[in-house]
Amino acid sequence: MVMNMETAGFIEIEHTADWELKVWGSGLSDLFEQAALGFLTLTGMVLKSKPRLSRTIELQNIDSESLLVDFLSELLYLSEVEEIGFDSFDIRMNGSNLEAIMFGAPIDTITREIKAVTYHNLAIIEGVGVLEVRIVFDV
Amino acid sequence: MVAINEIRQISEYEWEIPKSYRADMQVPVRIFATRSILEATIGDRSLEQAVNTSTLPGLVGHIAVMPDVHQGYGFPIGGVAATRYPDGVISPGGIGYDINCGVRLLASKIEIDAVADQLKDLSIAIDHNCPSGVGTKGHLRVSIVELEQVCRMGSRWALKKGFATDADLRRTEEGGRLEGADPAKVSNRAKERGRSQIGTLGAGNHFIEVDVVDQIFDDKSAQAMGLVEGNLAVQIHCGSRGFGHQVCSDYVKDFQRAVKRYKINLPDRELVCAPLNSPEGKSYLAAMRCAANYAFNNRQVLAYYARQAFEEVLAGKVKNWGLFQVYDIAHNMGKIEKHDIDGKIQDVCVHRKGATRAFGPGFHGLPAEYRSMGQPVLVPGSMGTASWVLVGTEESMRRSLGSSCHGAGRTMSRKKAKKTIWGEDLFKDLQNKGIHIVAGSMAGLSEEAPQAYKDVDAVVETVTGAGIAKKVARLVPVVVVKG
Repeated sequence: MVMNMETAGFIEIEHTADWELKVWGSGLSDLFEQAALGFLTLTGMVLKSKPRLSRTIELQNIDSESLLVDFLSELLYLSEVEEIGFDSFDIRMNGSNLEAIMFGAPIDTITREIKAVTYHNLAIIEGVGVLEVRIVFDV
Repeated sequence: MVAINEIRQISEYEWEIPKSYRADMQVPVRIFATRSILEATIGDRSLEQAVNTSTLPGLVGHIAVMPDVHQGYGFPIGGVAATRYPDGVISPGGIGYDINCGVRLLASKIEIDAVADQLKDLSIAIDHNCPSGVGTKGHLRVSIVELEQVCRMGSRWALKKGFATDADLRRTEEGGRLEGADPAKVSNRAKERGRSQIGTLGAGNHFIEVDVVDQIFDDKSAQAMGLVEGNLAVQIHCGSRGFGHQVCSDYVKDFQRAVKRYKINLPDRELVCAPLNSPEGKSYLAAMRCAANYAFNNRQVLAYYARQAFEEVLAGKVKNWGLFQVYDIAHNMGKIEKHDIDGKIQDVCVHRKGATRAFGPGFHGLPAEYRSMGQPVLVPGSMGTASWVLVGTEESMRRSLGSSCHGAGRTMSRKKAKKTIWGEDLFKDLQNKGIHIVAGSMAGLSEEAPQAYKDVDAVVETVTGAGIAKKVARLVPVVVVKG
């Protein structure tokens, strides 16, 4: 599974027991969006074509890595409790705050279960014009 | 990565990474493995994770690593760590997101030969009765008030509602209820997730299996458990569902701040922890116990549904279609226990992540009929392979913090398994072996293929060879139901 674009994308990498994603983007908003799309792909989630819906969330935490866990955990919670998923995002980051308008639809099918988003070795690394992070999901 | 020449061999089945391996280690790491299992283990990052775990403040004794160990997140899966109580720490990630994931074993007087033609119907009836799959809701949806009762009562809730018998609870770890659970320490989100998932299996590696008792190794213990060669048994493997996942997620998040407050430096943020006697530590312990009780109750309700399936299919066809409890045991849990550490009896918090408690003979928490033989240890194999019933020993109390293995342990990544094994092929292969299988998805099936796991028989040979458990019976599957 690869969404490989020059400046932003994600790829599933080997992990013995769980699932691990390598995600990259040109900035934090980009990185978070790719992580959310990676989450969607990992779960095998297929959304209904309508009704389209949107949801705004605001999150605050101690650093960007914690915000990333919060953001993906929010998607996980909404998928399980409200049975909705999101495939398009408008994300604004300001220090340790995140505001996201998320666009999606009710879930049609979902094939794989994620139990949680972990902090395992979680660190957003800055390269030349790119941010990269590896995220382990407990399954 | 830890190299094999940096690991000291203690015996044929026991190895040590000494405290001198890394400056931040507080205790050594002891690995229960044969040379070949150890060599296979070095292929992933599980031993590095065990070394990271050995840096937690307040650890005592050693980190015990089981032969089914594999790479997890923070702690390795198959790791056991004991911290001083009450001034050592508790680490939610060291117990896992699926709090009290565990196994229940039910036995029967049904002879396989009498029901060979009914096995397919049995697989369909179990699948129909026991809700499984990603995000599946159960037959029950309880109010928040009722859910809080489940948190406090564990399997006693199921007993009150008619889903359990007294004998079921007597043959469950801690009677199916941990003391000290406080629903006030659980978030509304966790409660919301838990309301509709009582009596659900979930997905991933969770399963319900109908097995045949293939071989008995210890007549006396098997007799006490009601295990008879050639008779059917049922295993249920699952945990605390979204309720427990949310409890752990909430506290791993909160503890990111707590480690700063208590000036705890860790090599991995997933290992976050707080002193057991701190407000944060006490809150997590009380919330974790709610999730543990939820899981005991969840397996109990699933056992009720499995019994219904047996009745639907076998009533009138065999004389006695009943399923009676052998034992129910957690393998993701934090418990306050007394252990002899360096010649001194101490209160400790034992974190078992993918490891089973394996208390030896004489333990008072066991039902009277099990007390002289030791606590049953349930070791499910990978899909389509054997499972084992063991008992704990005095040696396990001395050498492995009263713990043993919990399964086969993965060796192949899920990504590689998906690439190399076709779910459809595996499905046919298992059917050809006479195993009736019902699976939620073919992709999920390939990820759980037996080729992706260690040989459970070799894992069991290791723990029994090391003396930390003793063989009672081997089971082989005839029906597998997966989410």
